[in-house]
Amino acid sequence: MLEAAFFYLFGGLAVVAALGVVVSRNTIHSVMFLIFCFFNASGLFFMLDAEFLGIILILIYVGAVMVMFMFVIMMLEVNFSRLREGFLQYLPVGGAIAVMLLIELIAAATSGVFSSKNASTVEHYGREVNNTMEIGKVLYTKYLLGFEIAAIILLVALVGAVVLTLRSRKDAKYQVISKQVKVRKEDRVRKVEM
Amino acid sequence: MIGLSSYLTVAACLFSIGVIGLFLNRKNVITVLMCIELMLLAVNINFVAFSHFLQDLAGQIFVFFVLTVAASEVAVGLAILVVFYRNRRSINVDDINTLQG
Repeated sequence: MLEAAFFYLFGGLAVVAALGVVVSRNTIHSVMFLIFCFFNASGLFFMLDAEFLGIILILIYVGAVMVMFMFVIMMLEVNFSRLREGFLQYLPVGGAIAVMLLIELIAAATSGVFSSKNASTVEHYGREVNNTMEIGKVLYTKYLLGFEIAAIILLVALVGAVVLTLRSRKDAKYQVISKQVKVRKEDRVRKVEM
Repeated sequence: MIGLSSYLTVAACLFSIGVIGLFLNRKNVITVLMCIELMLLAVNINFVAFSHFLQDLAGQIFVFFVLTVAASEVAVGLAILVVFYRNRRSINVDDINTLQG
């Protein structure tokens, strides 16, 4: 009973926050709604015995990705309200596609295929099961190659983002070490006869 | 009773909202990226729900990988956005037409 209440709380708030992301006028508000949505999804993860992923979702998404979104929005000096022109122009097409997709997905989800007797109700793990340790056991043995590839992907993304945004400005003053070392006294000091 | 289909329904709602957001905010690259994040989150909820109800940890491992790829995608996407803004002083998708596509 309590589980159902929490499910409807987290699920409902996640959907409401997602709607907020789509319809809010201010992009910063969209980011805030998305952060709220991630918190509620993290609650759903906790209800599904995935504590590690729930924490990771908050740490990575809220702590890193959404903060990056905010930094970019702050750096860009854009009139976001102008970007909303024609907001409702594509509502008929997009709404039709989204509603069709929603109906199909919900029909598939509630069709009974996924509610066979072994999948409909599952007991929660007890306190003795450590989700993080179980994930670690699988991740570092069976999925070690994928883990390494994920690390390389992150490294490439890091280097790529730095290379893309790095620029050498013409108007900035840089220190040239070799010139500094090569300087002699005669170049700088001039004796003036008084 | 909260079963697998309840979680799948929530994920379906989130995914559809992400799709409709792509159509409505198609001029603003930042909101488009956020809608993609929303759709990835819906997929992640599906993965975790199946992982729980089938008692198989592989789903959670894949959520881990999806998170990794999503984070790198956002990093590179926002970097490209910043570079584009420096060149054009705009982030309107309609202005990204140099290739005449």
